[in-house]
Amino acid sequence: MTSLQIIFLATAAATLISSLMVVTARNLVHAALWLIVSLFTVAVLFVLLEAGFLAAVQVVLYIGAIAILIIFAIMLTRRVMQDTGPQTNRQWWLSALIAAALLAALIFTLSQVQYPLSTAGVPDDSLRTLGRALVDPNQYMLPFEVASVLLLVALIGSIVVAGDRK
Amino acid sequence: MIPLSWYLTLAAAVFCVGLYGVLARKNAVAILMGIELMLNAVNINLVAFWHYLTPTLASGQMFAIIVFTVAAAEAAVGLALIISIYRRRNTVVAEEIDLMKW
Amino acid sequence: MSSELMTWLIPLPPLLAFFLIVLFTNRSKGLSHTVAIVAIAASWAMSWMIFFRTLEVEHFGQAVIENWVPWLPFGSEEVGTEALAMGVLVDPLTSVTLFFVSLTCFMIFVYSVGYGNWGKPRDLRHDLPGNPPHNGIEPLYSRFFAFLSLFAFGMLLLCVADNLVLLFVGWEIMGLCSYLLIGFWYARQYESPHQITPRQAAVKAFMTTRVGDVLMLLGIVYLYAQTGTLSFREIMYAHEGEMLTKLAATPSYIVGLSVAGLAGLLLFAGAVGKSAQFPLHMVGKYAQFPLHMWLPDAMEGPTPVSAMIHAATMVSAGVYAMIRLFPLLSAGWHHGDPLTAPMWAMAFIGAFTALFAATIAVAQNDVKKVLAYSTISQLGYMIAALGVGAYIAAAFHLVTHAFFKALLFLGSGSVIHGVEHGMHHAHAEGLDPQDMRNMGGLRAKMPLTFWTFLIGGLALAGFPFVTAGFWSKDAILGGAWEGGYVVVFVTLAATAFLTAFYTMRQISLTFLGEPRTQAAEHASESDPIFRWMLFALVVLAFFAVTAGWAGIPESFPGLGGLPHALGFTANWFHEFVGGALLEHPPAEAFDVVPLATSLVVALGGLLLGWWVYRDIRAGARDPLEAPLGPIYTLLKNKYYLDTGKYRDEATGEYRDNLYQFLFVRPTIWLSETLVSAVVDRGLIDGTLHLIGRVALRLGDIFRNYFDAPVVNGFGDLVAEVVKRFGRNFRVIQTGKVQQYLIVVMAIVIALGVVMFMPGLGR
Repeated sequence: MTSLQIIFLATAAATLISSLMVVTARNLVHAALWLIVSLFTVAVLFVLLEAGFLAAVQVVLYIGAIAILIIFAIMLTRRVMQDTGPQTNRQWWLSALIAAALLAALIFTLSQVQYPLSTAGVPDDSLRTLGRALVDPNQYMLPFEVASVLLLVALIGSIVVAGDRK
Repeated sequence: MIPLSWYLTLAAAVFCVGLYGVLARKNAVAILMGIELMLNAVNINLVAFWHYLTPTLASGQMFAIIVFTVAAAEAAVGLALIISIYRRRNTVVAEEIDLMKW
Repeated sequence: MSSELMTWLIPLPPLLAFFLIVLFTNRSKGLSHTVAIVAIAASWAMSWMIFFRTLEVEHFGQAVIENWVPWLPFGSEEVGTEALAMGVLVDPLTSVTLFFVSLTCFMIFVYSVGYGNWGKPRDLRHDLPGNPPHNGIEPLYSRFFAFLSLFAFGMLLLCVADNLVLLFVGWEIMGLCSYLLIGFWYARQYESPHQITPRQAAVKAFMTTRVGDVLMLLGIVYLYAQTGTLSFREIMYAHEGEMLTKLAATPSYIVGLSVAGLAGLLLFAGAVGKSAQFPLHMVGKYAQFPLHMWLPDAMEGPTPVSAMIHAATMVSAGVYAMIRLFPLLSAGWHHGDPLTAPMWAMAFIGAFTALFAATIAVAQNDVKKVLAYSTISQLGYMIAALGVGAYIAAAFHLVTHAFFKALLFLGSGSVIHGVEHGMHHAHAEGLDPQDMRNMGGLRAKMPLTFWTFLIGGLALAGFPFVTAGFWSKDAILGGAWEGGYVVVFVTLAATAFLTAFYTMRQISLTFLGEPRTQAAEHASESDPIFRWMLFALVVLAFFAVTAGWAGIPESFPGLGGLPHALGFTANWFHEFVGGALLEHPPAEAFDVVPLATSLVVALGGLLLGWWVYRDIRAGARDPLEAPLGPIYTLLKNKYYLDTGKYRDEATGEYRDNLYQFLFVRPTIWLSETLVSAVVDRGLIDGTLHLIGRVALRLGDIFRNYFDAPVVNGFGDLVAEVVKRFGRNFRVIQTGKVQQYLIVVMAIVIALGVVMFMPGLGR
C-alpha cells in the first residue's frame, strides 16, 4: 500500500461518511455543513487525480456558492420545518433498498469492464490545454458559450421564480 | 498506484448515498443536497476516467466543468422554486406538494 | 253511297248523339232532344234505304252485304281462317230487323219528347231530379235522350254485327243502358220497404242479365276454341256449311252433346237471360224461364224505356241472336229429324215460359206489369218456334211483336199520363196511376189512345186477318203442328187463349165501363204533350195492322193468292227471310187445324175477357178471385219465383220469395259469414297479424339476446375494462415526486440487470 493509496482511502472514507451524514442528519443546517465537508473531500480527490483546476473550481463553486445558497434556502424556509421528528418519509426503506440494489448493480457492472487504461500520464500543461479547449472554436467554445447562456437563464429564472410578487 | 476501480466504486457509493437522500428525505432542501451529492459522484467518475483513460485530452475535464455549470444552475433554480413554493404553500415537505396527484 | 259504307254508318249517329248530349248539350233540353231525334232519324233513314236496296237484289241470301276489317292477328291455321276480323253483315234477317228496329226506336224517341212533358215549365218545388215529374218537365230530360241514344246504338250495332264478339259488345252496351234507364228515377222511394225501387230494379236487371251473359260468353269462347273464328258467315255458311256439319259431328266435353250442341246451349243460356225465360225471368237477357224475373221489375223505368227495352230492342236482341245462330243451334238437323239438344231446350223452355207467363199476366193489376208478362210470354212463343225449327215464323213474330208491343207500351204510357193529368185536376194525389183498378171509361176521355191501344191489343191476341199478330202467331202454330210437336202446339194454343183473355181484360178494365175514380173521370189527352205521343202511336198502329200482310202464306185459302194478284211476291216474307238460310225452308202446306185452333182461341179469349170484365165497379173484387181461390193468389204473386219478399195477405207479414230463399240468402250468408269473417278477418288478417307478431318477437329476441348483451355489451365491456383499469391504476399517480423516482430507479435497475447481466438476453 503506497502512501497515495492510504491518502485515497482516508479521503474516500471521509467522503462516504460525510455523505452519509448529509442524508441522515436530523438538523438541516448540520446536513448542509456535512455537505460542505463532503464537497471538500471531493476536491481533495480531484487533487489526487491531478485535476488541480477542477479542485479549485469545486471548492470555489460548490462550497463557496452552492452550499452557501443551500444554507440561505434553509434559513429562508426554516420556520416551518422543525428539526424534530423523523426526517425521512415513509418509504425510506424502499429507497434504501433501491440504493443498495443500484450500488450492487453498478459495482458489478463496473467490475466487468476492461478499461483501456492509458499509459501516458497527465501532461504538465493540462491546464493550458484545458484553457485553450475552452475558447477554441474547433473544440469546446460552443458548449462554453451555451453553458454561459444556461447560467444566464438560470439566473433570470430563479430571480423570477423566487421573486416577490408584490 | 490507485486502481481506477477504487475511484469508480467510491463514486458509485456516493451516488447511491445521494440517491437515498433524494428518495428518502422529507425536506425539499435536503433532497437538493442529495442531488448535489449525486452530481459530485458523477464528477468524480468523470475526472477519474479522464485521468486513467485520456489524460492528454481536455474533454474529460471539459465535461466535468459542464457538469459543474449545470449543477450550479440547477441548484439555483431548484432553490428558487423551493422558496417560491414555501411562500405559496407554507411548506417545504416534498410529500405535501402533491397537487398533481390523480 | 255504297251499301257497305252505309251499313257501317247505321249505328253511329246515336252514338254521336250520346256524346254530344253528354258533353255539350246537356244544359239545353230542346237541343238535346233535337240532336237525339235527328240522329235516330238518320239511322232510320239509312236502315230503310238499305232495306229497300236489299229488296231489289235477287237471291239476296247468297249476295249479302258484308264488309270487314282485320282486327287481331289471331287466325287458326288448321281451319284456314286468318286474322280475327270485325265487320258488318246485312243478310235478309238483318234487313228486316233493321226495318223494325230503326222505326220503333225512332217512334219511341219522338214519343219520349211528349212523355217527358216537353213544353211544360220546370217545377222546381215538386219535381226533384231522380224522381218522376208531376207536371213539370222531366228534370233529367237531356240525360234520358243521351241514354236512349246509347241504347239505340247498342241495338243497331248488334244488328249489323258480323261476328259474335261485336254482337256481344252490342249486347253488353244494352245491358249497361238497361241498368241506366231502369234506374233512371234513381231517387224514387216507396213507402213499403219491400216494394222494389228503380235503383234496386236496375241492379237486379243488370245482375241477372250477367248470369246469362257469363254462360253466353262461355259459349262464344268454346265456339272460338273449336272453330278458330267468330264470324257468322264463316261458321255457318262458308263452304256450304261444312264447318257446321263438322261441329255437329264432333262430340264435346259433355257426353251426348256435340260441339254444336254444347255451344248452342251455352249461347242459348245467355239468351235465356236476356229474353227473360224461366227461371231467370227476373233477370236474363231475353227473359225466359228461369231467368225472367228482371223484366217485370224493369217496369220501374219510364214507359218509353219499357217500350224500348221490352219491345223494340233488348228482348228482341236475344231472340234475334238466337235466330241468327239458328244454323248453329240446329246443326245437323233437317226437317223431320229429331231435334238437336239446343232446339229441344228452346222448344221446352219457350213453350213453358209462354204458358207460365200468360197465367201470371191474368192476375196482375198494374197496366205495365200485364204487358211485361205478356212480353215474356210472346218471347216464349218465338223461342219455341225456333225450337221446333220454324225459323221463318219466329222471325216473323219477332217483327210483328215489336210493332204491337211497342204500341201497347207507349199506349199504356199515354194512359198513365192521362190518369196523372186527371189526378192533378181532381186533386187526388197519392193514387197509383198505373193500377188498372183506378181506371175505367177512358174510351171516352182518351179516344185516340183507346183506338191505337185496341189495335195493338187485338194484334197481340191474334184477331184474324186484319192484325199482324194473327199472321205471325198462325205461322208459329202451323209450324208446331206441321212438325208434329203436339205438346208444344197444345201449350202454345192454351197460351194464345190466355193471351187473348188477359188482353181483353186489360182493355176492358182500362177503357171500357165507367170511370172508377175521380182521376179517371178527369183524365184527358188534350194536353199538347200528347201530340208527340199520339203521333208515335198512330204510326205504330199502322204497322201493327199491315206488317202481317207481308207474310200471308201462299197456300192460305182465299187470301193466299191476293198479294200475288196485287203484284207482290207471294208470301214475300217467307221468300226473303228464308233465303238467309243455306237450305231454303219449304213453304208450308196449309192445314186447317192450326188455323181453326188459332181462330177459336183468339176469338174465344177476347169474348170471354170482355164478358167477364166489361162492367167492373169501383172497389169490386176481381171476378177471378172467387172461382180460382188460392190459385189466384199464386198467380198474383208470380208463383213466388223471385228475389225479394211478398206480402202475405192473410197475416200481413212479409215473407221471402223462392229465389230470395234459395239463392240470395245463402249468398249473403256466404259473403258475410264465411268470406268476410272467416276468410278475410280470420285467415288473411290473422296471417298478417301473425307475421307482425312474429316479426316483433324476433326483433325482441335479437335485441334482448344478441344486440344488447353481445354488441352493446362488448362495447360497454371494453369501456368498462378501460375505466376499471384506469381507476385502479391511477393510484400510482400520487403526486409525490419521490415515489415516482423510486419507480423509475427500480425499473432502471431492472433494465440494467436484464441488459448487462451476462447470461441474460442482451
